[in-house]
Amino acid sequence: MSTPEQDAPHRSPHRPPTSPDTDILRAGWSYASVSDKIADQVLNNPSGRLWMVAFLLSLVGVLVFFAATAWLFVKGVGIWGVNIPVAWGFAIGNFVWWIGIGHAGTFISAVLLLLRQKWRTSINRFAEAMTLFAAGIAGIFPVLHLGRPWFFYWLVPYPDVMNVWPQWRSPLVWDFFAISTYLLVSLLFWYVGLIPDLATLRDRAVMSRGHPFKQYAYGLLALGWRGEARHWARYETAYLLLAGLATPLVVSVHTIVSLDFAIGNTPGYHSTIFPPYFVAGALFSGFAMVLTLAIPLRHFFKLHDFITDRHLANAAKVLLATSWLVLYGYASEIFTAFYSGDEFEQYMTINRWIGPYAPLYWAMLACNVLVPQLLWWRSVRHRVWLLFAISLLVNLGMWMERFLIVVSSLHRDFLPSSWGMFYPTVWDWTFLFGSIALFIWLFLLFVRFLPAISITEMRKLVRETAQEATESATEKAQQPAKEGA
Amino acid sequence: MSSWHSARLYGLLAEFATADDLLDAVRRARASGFVVEAYTPFAVDGMPEAIGLPRNRVPLVTLLGGILGGAGAYFLQWYSAVVDYPLNIGGRPLHSWPSFIPVTFELTILGAALAAVFGMLFMNGLPQLRHPLFEVPDFDLASRNRFFLCIRACGAFDRDKAENMLRELPTIRQCEVAA
Repeated sequence: MSTPEQDAPHRSPHRPPTSPDTDILRAGWSYASVSDKIADQVLNNPSGRLWMVAFLLSLVGVLVFFAATAWLFVKGVGIWGVNIPVAWGFAIGNFVWWIGIGHAGTFISAVLLLLRQKWRTSINRFAEAMTLFAAGIAGIFPVLHLGRPWFFYWLVPYPDVMNVWPQWRSPLVWDFFAISTYLLVSLLFWYVGLIPDLATLRDRAVMSRGHPFKQYAYGLLALGWRGEARHWARYETAYLLLAGLATPLVVSVHTIVSLDFAIGNTPGYHSTIFPPYFVAGALFSGFAMVLTLAIPLRHFFKLHDFITDRHLANAAKVLLATSWLVLYGYASEIFTAFYSGDEFEQYMTINRWIGPYAPLYWAMLACNVLVPQLLWWRSVRHRVWLLFAISLLVNLGMWMERFLIVVSSLHRDFLPSSWGMFYPTVWDWTFLFGSIALFIWLFLLFVRFLPAISITEMRKLVRETAQEATESATEKAQQPAKEGA
Repeated sequence: MSSWHSARLYGLLAEFATADDLLDAVRRARASGFVVEAYTPFAVDGMPEAIGLPRNRVPLVTLLGGILGGAGAYFLQWYSAVVDYPLNIGGRPLHSWPSFIPVTFELTILGAALAAVFGMLFMNGLPQLRHPLFEVPDFDLASRNRFFLCIRACGAFDRDKAENMLRELPTIRQCEVAA
């Protein structure tokens, strides 16, 4: 079919671009080399043995999680430490923690896209995967927490034979719609972003031969994408619209989660600061998790050219800013409690300071407010192991915050005769660590079988950075001429 | 010969090394009156204008999806809470619209997002797993580093004129694509 390679009679004035050395993409990368580098990570699996070890270890945790779930369904929620008055224990705390972690992915993908932040390009894909897995795991916990989990579908409105409908005035029903919408829209956003990359993997599997199964699998998932210009135009529009839709969605989801608490009149829950305070906390913990994942990812996959110190430092700055927003939330809660003159609110606040869970409260403040202040120093933001440690502490601190919100209000509310304590059992811990193992396991599967960085957007970044470099070079060349004139 | 060929010809394919070469080629081919397709490894700025996308209806479909989702959600809540299953709780109003807002909001977003994605795929004619271009050996580079121009063998297609034009362009290689 093809005529053999022709000598181009008319030489093109353009050369295929290679990236200049910028702080978001290191020098010397071309369309071909970024494509091959990221695709080979999936097709040829250079970090095979290490990956397998991590995979098997996390698989053990996943199996423990499933076994624990089976035991929970057999015995009921009594295996946890929950009881009256603290009927919401780890499960609801874990739910809020995970869904919060799930916020940074969409924030990076959508909000930073709309704000034209170029440093989002190499971290958006795995942050979206993180969102998807975290939100999915979050969705499991309220179902596990139900006394009769097999009836969870009663939240779905459909004309059933029982002739009842969901109670639309209940935040728990809102929650169901918020979480499922968030999961679906995050999935769509992630998948649409993946389509051109799946086509790249399909074509690379053909090129390197010997991957017929991979070729079929990626080929099916790529839906026959062939990169036609009109397709790209509609694709870009749809992607931008999804970003625009995901932005208010991401704010609404944790708002609705916070209404689970704020609509109730329990001291410590019944507060108008809750929605913004929850959203800020969600971004805070989400960016911490982005750092927790990005640092090992770039280390083991040798992606230092794509995920640079600038990316990590920028994420650290967001962490610092959101830590102040979270601090504002804490301060506002305290101020409102005393300003309101409500003795139950005041007691709840003092109880957090000096009550039985006080060590947790002060540890939370240390992790969420004190430790992030280190990020004011540039040297800390550019020291990778310190960033990793800080991100782990913030994750821990945010988990303690979720635990405190749930438990400290419930364990001593209006009537001292019905006060009580919550002590986690071994099963509570199993579910917490099991869910973390499930998260790691899913993430390992993702980095093994899908490109962890958007190949398409990296190619675009190569072109854009190269264009900017030539523009600034011509400007510089013109500058002395002007001065001379 | 040319008529025998054009009966089973999808088009002529030319391969370029840079996006700017392809942009020039697309503009020239369209100026010469050819029906043109362009294939790129990423969305190239200026390409939709150069290729002449008639009308991008993705925003309209997204808007309709959002309206449908929101209106459907509100109707569902109103119908079930007021008409089908009214619960009198301390005489509070059945049509308590403020508490219907969260679900309406969420389903507006969901409807719009679903419409955007499936509308985009539908208008692009995807999924389409078989396509004449996939038979071209080099075409797998369209998802890596190469830029392709396809002059379709339809409308006022004149093979000699097309080949002459391609000869003047800085192509890496050219070939014909069987339909």
